[in-house]
Amino acid sequence: MDVTLASILAASTPLIFVVIGETITEKAGVINLSLDGTVLLSAMVGFAGAYESGSVIVGFAAAALVSALAALLVAYSSIALRLNQVAVGFVLFQLTGELSAFLGDPYVRIPGPTVTYRPIPLLEDIPFIGKIFFQHDLIVYGSIVLIFLTYWFMFRTRRGLKLQAIGERPEAAHSRGMPVNRLRYLYAAVGGGLVGIGGAAYSLGAKIGWSEGHTTGLGWIALAIVIFGGWHPYRAAFGVYLFGALQFSAIKLQDVFPDLTQVLGTLPFPIMIFTLVLVYSDRVRSLTDRYPALRGILGSDPPSAIGTRFDVD
Amino acid sequence: MGFELREIHKHFGSVRANNGVNLSVASGELHGLLGENGAGKSTLMKVLSGFHQKTSGEILVDGESIDLRSPADAIEHGIGMLHQDPLVFLPFTVLDNFLIGSPGPERLNRRAAARELATLADRFGFSFDPDTPTRRLTVGERQQLEILRLLWLGARVLILDEPTTGISAPQRLKLFATLKELAAEGMSVVFVSHKLEEVEEICERVTIIRAGTVVGERDLPCPAAELVELMFGGEVEIGERPVVGLGPPRLTVSDLTVRDRMLSVEGFNLEVAEGEVIGFAGLEGSGQRIVLDALSGLRSANGGTITVNGRDLTKVGYRGYLDGGVQFLPAGRLEEGLVAGLTLTEHFVLSSRSGAFLIDWEGALAETVEGIAEYSVKGTPDSTAESLSGGNQQRLLLAMLQDNLEVLLMEHPTRGLDIESAAWVWEQLLRRREDGTAIVFASADLDELLEYSDRILVFFAGGVLAEVDARTSSVDELGHLIGGKVTS
Repeated sequence: MDVTLASILAASTPLIFVVIGETITEKAGVINLSLDGTVLLSAMVGFAGAYESGSVIVGFAAAALVSALAALLVAYSSIALRLNQVAVGFVLFQLTGELSAFLGDPYVRIPGPTVTYRPIPLLEDIPFIGKIFFQHDLIVYGSIVLIFLTYWFMFRTRRGLKLQAIGERPEAAHSRGMPVNRLRYLYAAVGGGLVGIGGAAYSLGAKIGWSEGHTTGLGWIALAIVIFGGWHPYRAAFGVYLFGALQFSAIKLQDVFPDLTQVLGTLPFPIMIFTLVLVYSDRVRSLTDRYPALRGILGSDPPSAIGTRFDVD
Repeated sequence: MGFELREIHKHFGSVRANNGVNLSVASGELHGLLGENGAGKSTLMKVLSGFHQKTSGEILVDGESIDLRSPADAIEHGIGMLHQDPLVFLPFTVLDNFLIGSPGPERLNRRAAARELATLADRFGFSFDPDTPTRRLTVGERQQLEILRLLWLGARVLILDEPTTGISAPQRLKLFATLKELAAEGMSVVFVSHKLEEVEEICERVTIIRAGTVVGERDLPCPAAELVELMFGGEVEIGERPVVGLGPPRLTVSDLTVRDRMLSVEGFNLEVAEGEVIGFAGLEGSGQRIVLDALSGLRSANGGTITVNGRDLTKVGYRGYLDGGVQFLPAGRLEEGLVAGLTLTEHFVLSSRSGAFLIDWEGALAETVEGIAEYSVKGTPDSTAESLSGGNQQRLLLAMLQDNLEVLLMEHPTRGLDIESAAWVWEQLLRRREDGTAIVFASADLDELLEYSDRILVFFAGGVLAEVDARTSSVDELGHLIGGKVTS
């Protein structure tokens, strides 16, 4: 059991970075639909960077940079060029995906550096829990810290409140003195950077190496989990782990029910749709309106200004 | 703290919204800014609150010239503005709304802020649950929250843009009391409105703006006719109530039940005769809207029957009502009545009941030009719906109504319109009434209800609390009834 949970945790790690990153970007009102391509490109760049330099850190940094640039491009084309974020996101998805295949050709199926296993002394000896949480690499620990840190930032700090404000109603944020577009660039870059770390976490950790289409589909899943997570870091993380657990069970049950393999793999999606139907229902909404404690678990308010442009004057 | 605006110009492209405006307001003064829709009041106030950058001119606060580049600069100089639609974040809690944009340490101290909010609210007799999402607050409460927030941030000049639009009568009284109290404490208050009575009620001095320039400044009280003349450059005639003989019943509602998530109306009965005007009074959300929805076929009735000219329409659906000559103009003109982004011609095409597959654009254009002329809509066939002012949107909606309506239902027919447009709208409605159309309208404006209705139904918490004869009732009586008090 503990081994199972530990491997679900490890396998879900990259997706945590991607989902939390996109949650931050979307909270600011920018939707980066290029995610599926960006994750591919950053997985490739991460691997290539680490391979060429021999340093995993360089790999992660390069991936974060490339992915942040992609998110900034979406923000820039919306804010400065007045283009539609959805359209730019789709084009960028194609571009980054193709680019990863083209540029990544020399790196296909070659061995390269990986993140090192680093159990935490003392904590790893705690029965059960130690094995699940404390026998991993730094990226796994980082992903767990990231979840709590993001929550704390969003809901407990002044800057976090501003982040929510600019994606909710930019004209009101502007009237309260926030530099809306500058902040949008900032959070697009931060979120994009995290997505990049997630991409590199595949090629350097969870799914080692590079080949064409290495992470295909995961970006779209991440976008779905952001919505499933109601733009809340805890619920988004729950979504990622649930997805990971179902995927894991699908693989394990393959031997037992060979006929059901296909079905089990798609199980997360109907569950997501069912959850969305539930949290958007009037009943649940009036419940969360009345009981603040439930809002974190069941509340689901998309940032109202998501995908829109804000012009001063 | 007093302020002064000197020769303010604000141009948007070739449009001169403000053309050399001078305005001076002393500390502790309640100053009215009066003008019809589109006169440039809001633009001027957005310049003063840092939302818009002035094209030229000077802003002085306490005799010192200041430079406002953003709303943040304005609030730093103690200038706060309450926008017509309060700029709050609807899904966020009351407390977070209060906190966003306030200075302080990076780590939020919600408990301390909640105490501050409670203290401030107590001072003015407001009350808030800090954990409620703001969307559950009424517009009036959102305003109260914004006022408190601006005070907390240290505003000493408070600008209110059309603050009484969409709030209830008791909330209006509370707002006025608050403003008077603030002025007494030395705050300069600018009250922007197109409603003469309100400005007369609370302001000491008034500046009248027309077409982007100041056309006069008066101490109040001052004869209303003089102010109207300044606003419109001529006196507006308000027509006498025509006497129309009532005919046979047009609309009969018996034992109607409609349920909404929050509210249900049960056992509603109404009979409206040919040419009769029925007013629905009551606080927002007391049941008027869901009854209007049911009467127009937008919402299916949970029980009871609705008959128009003896035909049972209860189960026919919205299109059946249209075919039966029943139409509804909701309060959300742009949200529910028109399609933002479509031109006037396209609107006429959409509203025509032609079944042709291809659009006859020439015919549609001719029809649009005719409609624009007949209803004096300020716009061209190519203007988009959202580019029209509120008054012109209402004119457009009226222009698109079917010719021979049996029943016309309206919600807040003149909300946000200036006196001239409002009078014009009613002129159209009364003409239809003379043709025999039965009119049912909901309004928050008691004067409007009393002036134009034959009978008024007062809604309270999903029921009809009273039915009064508009000829013998008074603002005072209605005001009490709306609050749920039945006087014997």
